Amino acid sequence: MKARVYVTLKPSVFDPQGRVVADALLTLGYEDVQDVRQGKFFEVELAATDAAAAKARVTEMADKLLANPVIESYRVEVLA
Amino acid sequence: MKFSVVVFPGSNSDYDAFYAASTVIGEDAALVWHKDTDLQGADAVILPGGFAHGDYLRTGAIARFSPIMSAVQAFADRGGPVLGICNGFQILLESGMLPGAMVRNDRIKFVSRLVPVRVEATDTPFTAACAERQVLHMPVAHGEGNYYADPDTLAGLEANRQVVFRYSDAAGGISPASNVNGSLNNIAGICNRQRNVVGLMPHPERATEAQLGSADGRVILASAVKALASLSR
Amino acid sequence: MAVIDAAVLERHGIKPDEYERILELMGREPNLLELGLFSVMWSEHCSYKSSRVHLKTLPTTGPRVVQGPGENAGAVDIGGGLCAVFKIESHNHPSFIEPYQGAATGVGGIIRDIFTMGARPIALLNALRFGSLETQQARRIFEGVVAGVGGYGNSIGIPTVGGEIVFDEMYAGNPLVNVLCLGISRIDGIVKGAAKGAGNPVFYVGAKTGRDGIHGATMASAEFDEKSAEKRPAVQVGDPFMEKLLMEACIEVMKTGAVLGIQDMGAAGLSCATSEMGSRGGVGMTIDVMHVPQRETGMTPYEIMLSESQERMLLVVEKGREHEVEAVFEKWDLHAVQVGEVIEGSRLKIHERGVLVADVPNRALTDEAPVYRRPMQEPAWQQGVQRLTLDDLGAPPSAQSAFDRLLTVPTIASKRWAYGQYDHSVGTNTIAQPGMSAAVVRVKGTTTGLAVSVDGNGRFCYLDPHRGAMLAVAEAARNVACAGGEPIGGTNNLNFGNPERPEIMWQLGEAVRGIGEACRALGIPITGGNVSLYNETEGRAIFPTPVLGVVGLLEDASKTTTRTFKQPGASVVLLGDNLGELGGSEYLATLHGLVAGQPPALDLSREAAIQKLIVSLIREGSVESAHDCSEGGLAVTLAECAFNSGGIGVTADIAGVRLKPDTTSDVASGSDVASGSDVASGFSRTFSVNATLFGESASRIVVSASGERLDGVLAAAKAAGVTATVIGQTGGDRIRLSVNGTAVVDSAVAAAEQAWSTSIASRMAGRAPR
Repeated sequence: MKARVYVTLKPSVFDPQGRVVADALLTLGYEDVQDVRQGKFFEVELAATDAAAAKARVTEMADKLLANPVIESYRVEVLA
Repeated sequence: MKFSVVVFPGSNSDYDAFYAASTVIGEDAALVWHKDTDLQGADAVILPGGFAHGDYLRTGAIARFSPIMSAVQAFADRGGPVLGICNGFQILLESGMLPGAMVRNDRIKFVSRLVPVRVEATDTPFTAACAERQVLHMPVAHGEGNYYADPDTLAGLEANRQVVFRYSDAAGGISPASNVNGSLNNIAGICNRQRNVVGLMPHPERATEAQLGSADGRVILASAVKALASLSR
Repeated sequence: MAVIDAAVLERHGIKPDEYERILELMGREPNLLELGLFSVMWSEHCSYKSSRVHLKTLPTTGPRVVQGPGENAGAVDIGGGLCAVFKIESHNHPSFIEPYQGAATGVGGIIRDIFTMGARPIALLNALRFGSLETQQARRIFEGVVAGVGGYGNSIGIPTVGGEIVFDEMYAGNPLVNVLCLGISRIDGIVKGAAKGAGNPVFYVGAKTGRDGIHGATMASAEFDEKSAEKRPAVQVGDPFMEKLLMEACIEVMKTGAVLGIQDMGAAGLSCATSEMGSRGGVGMTIDVMHVPQRETGMTPYEIMLSESQERMLLVVEKGREHEVEAVFEKWDLHAVQVGEVIEGSRLKIHERGVLVADVPNRALTDEAPVYRRPMQEPAWQQGVQRLTLDDLGAPPSAQSAFDRLLTVPTIASKRWAYGQYDHSVGTNTIAQPGMSAAVVRVKGTTTGLAVSVDGNGRFCYLDPHRGAMLAVAEAARNVACAGGEPIGGTNNLNFGNPERPEIMWQLGEAVRGIGEACRALGIPITGGNVSLYNETEGRAIFPTPVLGVVGLLEDASKTTTRTFKQPGASVVLLGDNLGELGGSEYLATLHGLVAGQPPALDLSREAAIQKLIVSLIREGSVESAHDCSEGGLAVTLAECAFNSGGIGVTADIAGVRLKPDTTSDVASGSDVASGSDVASGFSRTFSVNATLFGESASRIVVSASGERLDGVLAAAKAAGVTATVIGQTGGDRIRLSVNGTAVVDSAVAAAEQAWSTSIASRMAGRAPR
């Protein structure tokens, strides 16, 4: 079973890298770009069969290690 | 007294801290491997600078799970002085021993230079020998030293005088121009509420000999010696 | 089995006559794997086949030499049972294709060469060349290379303490990234890259092997063309964390004494490590690729042997002591695995699951690699570019405007933008901060220090490769001497175009001849180095650019100095002769858009004398500052002495030089021209002022000395036969320069320093995105 974890900086936290990417896109002519937030993406392979249990387990991992709750939020998706 | 310096895989200022504490200051010092569980009779613990575990994932994120960290936590809970320098500060933040977090420097790039830092509190074991508002010149060398805390936490830090160091100019003035990395309130170092755990981004251990550009950092280590002496008196 | 036909040979970069030689050495047709081994081992990068006959002429011995060329790095005795281990290496081609990773893995590679010798690395320097910062491509490459150099060095915790950066359109398509690493070892702790003793196990440790970098060595030996972009996968990705663990573990494991030989897997990967270790030790080696840790599935023996995955080492361990070695690596969470053993004889035998898949004599891959005495021909344009007629140049700029302009030229401007991204304080050994002429590091546990400088001037070498190369040696050694270091050893990185062209080969031959002459005269043995050829794009070669790294010894590390003025009221003294030579100068290039003339003359005995003099003056504490004159000449040198001094100004009056009637760059010195009646035109008059201020004559040093120490300096110079002229005083907050009493430059230190120190940053801030 495969789970995906998306980690991004919380909206209140300034993201200098995202800003640089946004500036770069604007200079390249993508004038409709309003903001960019840079984040992290994890794919976790699990030896589990129950989706709910897998989600709980990966959520725990995200909370404990993959994200820093002080500055980051995360979202977990479990793929069938 | 005895300083124990923790060595994580990827630490790169561990020996510098050991050298400053032993050869320069003349105290006992030990290097303690991160897989150990015993602090070897430390009177003070230093979590050194570097890139523990490559700083992969996030700075300090994996190091907090090293076996030695339980001993460090217990030592701190007993009131033992713990100093986190640069990556060591980041580890203290990740482990929750200090509040807040680090994000990328506001100007993105790694910043390496000698900077003035103003001492904001002299009632910690690592600033006890400093003068009030003393300005210390110490090197910074980091890519993620941009201190962040949510507004409530930040207000609490200020109210409890937990901000120990701020980036300043040479005269001690605090302004956006003297902020090297975008840290909130120019914060360069903080302590916990009990004031025995201190973290800072500048490197006092690299500023202990005038020949190397500054000896201002000596007072940080000397403070620990002084604090311990007054404690045992 | 694949048939080896012309197409296969071409893909492997093997020429038909080379293949004939392979058949002869093998005594049969090689299989594809064996051909692959020859391909990488006989590449220019690994075999030095074009440069070897020239490199052999360099002086490589001396009383302090502990290890000369041929090992992973050279070593010189620094007293107290210790030696300095150092080498310079290039990563030019990869840095063009992927600037960050190219530079980062270049740093990683040279660090491995140093700790492989048993030394602890303590300092990094780099010599970088880029195209004009006015172009977006050059800015992108510059930004990526600097980030990569910093990214790797900072993480592993080895300070980047100095170097030099030059910008010139000639490097637009071929940036140069040369990195020098310096380490310290006990002399009796040096470990070599040789296999010993049949039956001893061969261990592999470090990162797993992937398909990255296959044929990296052959790529580094081919010209770029439009298809280079397709070769992108051949760039390796660095892992400084892995390297840090490897470094600590290797240094620890070598202390056990159980390691008999060790080599890193750099260019040509396992092929190189196995054949070179066997060849050096006069033994054979057998390995089975199934034991090699692999990052990807389904890798063939060909891919495993040719992979250039980074951060991998090969060790020969004394039989029976495997557990000691394994235990150290386990501590660092690294797993050393046995992949083979040393065997009698002299063959490299490669197996796949027990089946012999390659069987080649070691020496066929190493010592028997082809050696070319390639044809050399002085370029037809060579003498033409040496002619310089100042009268043809039109109206020269005023000295003030030239001065202002030169201070902000990226090649002269402060490199703070770059070194501000390098951790230079880690390790607590760095005495001279980056931005000084030479880096100075102390050696812990002793009173000694080491001064290191890397220098090269491609423009001079283009105009005259022989003299240009001599000047590079002289400048690197002079910089070291200006920090108080007595030059004791050198390393060279030869960056040139396609050696198959006789003009390029002539440049290389002439440059090596120049390096040899200068090193002999200055007593500097060359203990190793690197050659990077084929630095050309679509037939256009870089300036021939030999880069010299020189290491100097300070017996007392506290007796050093820097370029900056230390106090007002000191006398400013020019040591050496101001000849006003403009040939190949930054002034001509920047203000007149011209690269022409003869490079400055160099008298090696005078050079040796001035270096000895400055070292002794610094040791005695007679001078407060010392700065070598190079790009931008005397005026820029004086300005640089004022910069970073806390705003101490200077007032100087310099005797004008007289330009010869035919106004080439060769001029007579000492005459009063600006007021002389033999100067006909106003042009010549301004040129003579500009030549006085901005000429780049060699063997000159500006020092400052206070009070009665001045007399001692002048007396010592006289005794040494070195011209010493008091040209002015420090003090005030302006840089005021006059020639023959006529004021020609007057700038506030603060404003000039601001322009100089922010020039590169402001150019980079205006960059377009990638």
